[in-house]
Amino acid sequence: MSAPVIELVGIVTRFGRTVVHDGIELAIEPGEVISLVGGSGSGKTTLLREIVGLLTPTAGQVRLFGEDLHAGSRAEQARRRRRYGMLFQQGALFSAFNVFDNVAFPLRELGCLSAREVHDAVMLKLAMVELQPEHALLMPAELSGGMIKRVALARALALEPELLLLDEPTAGLDPDRSAAFVRLIQDLQQQLGLTVVLVTHDLDTLAALSSRVAVLAERRILVCDTLDRIMTVEHPFIDRFFRSERSQRALARGLETL
Amino acid sequence: MTDGDSIRLPQLLNDGGAVALTGDWTLRSLQPVLKQMRRQLADASGAAHWDLTRIGRLDNFGAQLLWRYWRAERPERLDVSEAIDRTLSRVAALGGVEPTPRRGSLLDPIAAIGAVGIGLARHVIEFIALLGQLAIDFGYLLFRPGLWPLREISANLYKTGVRAMPVTALVGFLIGVVLSYLSALQLKAFGADIFIVNILGLGIIRELGPVLVSVLVAGRSGSAMTAQLGVMRVTEEIDALATMGISRYIRLVMPKVIALCIAMPLLVLWASAVAILGGMVSAYLQLDIGFLFFLQALPQAVPLPNLYIAIGKGVVFGMMIALVACHFGLRVKPNTESLSANTTASVVSAITMVILVDAVFAIATRGIGVPI
Repeated sequence: MSAPVIELVGIVTRFGRTVVHDGIELAIEPGEVISLVGGSGSGKTTLLREIVGLLTPTAGQVRLFGEDLHAGSRAEQARRRRRYGMLFQQGALFSAFNVFDNVAFPLRELGCLSAREVHDAVMLKLAMVELQPEHALLMPAELSGGMIKRVALARALALEPELLLLDEPTAGLDPDRSAAFVRLIQDLQQQLGLTVVLVTHDLDTLAALSSRVAVLAERRILVCDTLDRIMTVEHPFIDRFFRSERSQRALARGLETL
Repeated sequence: MTDGDSIRLPQLLNDGGAVALTGDWTLRSLQPVLKQMRRQLADASGAAHWDLTRIGRLDNFGAQLLWRYWRAERPERLDVSEAIDRTLSRVAALGGVEPTPRRGSLLDPIAAIGAVGIGLARHVIEFIALLGQLAIDFGYLLFRPGLWPLREISANLYKTGVRAMPVTALVGFLIGVVLSYLSALQLKAFGADIFIVNILGLGIIRELGPVLVSVLVAGRSGSAMTAQLGVMRVTEEIDALATMGISRYIRLVMPKVIALCIAMPLLVLWASAVAILGGMVSAYLQLDIGFLFFLQALPQAVPLPNLYIAIGKGVVFGMMIALVACHFGLRVKPNTESLSANTTASVVSAITMVILVDAVFAIATRGIGVPI
């Protein structure tokens, strides 16, 4: 009845002579949490950037919310872009703005909200990511790594997106903080019914969050299924990635945080 | 769940005491009709009975909008589904944060004046500290020839000197042509054609050459130096150097200062020579003064001390530009706004300083090298 939130059809990506993706097919239904995993340089982040339109694939089609990513007029494209939020790996906060203005920026850009409405919405988002009101006046340079991620998440949530894309959400956080961040994303996902796509190397995060896991190897999506079923697939990459002793421990730890 | 791209417009049905909401109450669906909805909600805000069962979707924004017009209280009678109730409860629990008060008082203007004063004082202190640090490092390096940052000096010499040659030559040549042309018009009227050599020679060698090159180099190399140091600050490269026990003053500041001290006088000579060439061409065309005659008359019109003054100015101006650029570069705070502000301040201050110092030079050397 409802179209997939993200539909990738025959995505091919080439950089010069290097073929990064060769025929990627993937459909993500509303409310799913999909983890994208793969070795270094397998093009996970590239795929994520193609989904949000920062990069254009050499061939193939990206469909968001049932429409081609580049379909429609400028205004329609802009409207489509406001339906997803992206959390960048380094946060990508505007360094000249304080925390409040960073989160308020996309809301003000809409041009139809009153100052009071913007203020309330920002304070709610900050509360949702468990930041204190007094943090609102800090500059990005004064924040710790974990706080940067949380402010960036608040900014990604500012426009009430239906789809959230996370690039390495827990990279650079200590285990304690990353567990807290995973719980935060989990809560928000359940509360808001978001569709979430995350790229991660972190097996704890992956086991704790994802409803399905998409394995990117050999330039395509090798398999996209629940973690349990992926564990039964025979493939050298899956073997190395999921079945080493360290991985097993990390996965078990991640499932505990559920 | 509704289909991805279809949104149902929010509607408010108000029949006196009871209010029913239909459609989607999300930021996306409210956006086009927000003004109208605000008005309707304000009219209905006193109603006792609210029916939210026919609402499609409600997001945080919609919930906050309702909550605000309910004056942060649940209505007496509220019909609502469980999922939407959860959203309302979340907004109720997390909202209500008071706006961060804007601090402001009557003393603010005075504080602002004070802040400017303190800022200026801090500039002066930091600049003196930079000079002192460089002097200390210079003394340290005097007895350790192996530690001299020769590679960096050479690289900076190439970047600020060699690469600046085309643009200084072009500007110098054109200024020479223009100056010569304008002077020739006046001199012709007095029949004092021959004095074109004096005007061009003294004007360009003593004054125009050094100042012109300084302005160009401040814009070209000074800004680049500030931006480079600033970006290194933003990306924590300067901190990385410090942890390796490498002094940023020896490795980053000193090469720039020394390189510009060497490159500037050479650029001044180069640009002055090209400017005089431009003047000669123009003088030949306008006043029919031959190249050979011009070159023979030049040493008599412009005594040698003028050349020394030009070289001295070049060294001093080069040092000023590099020091000012490094001073502002090291002050950059790790954000984009600070980077752009400091780069602008660097160029403007460098040019202002050069012109101030040039005035000092003019007074100090007023009896030297001017034939009477």
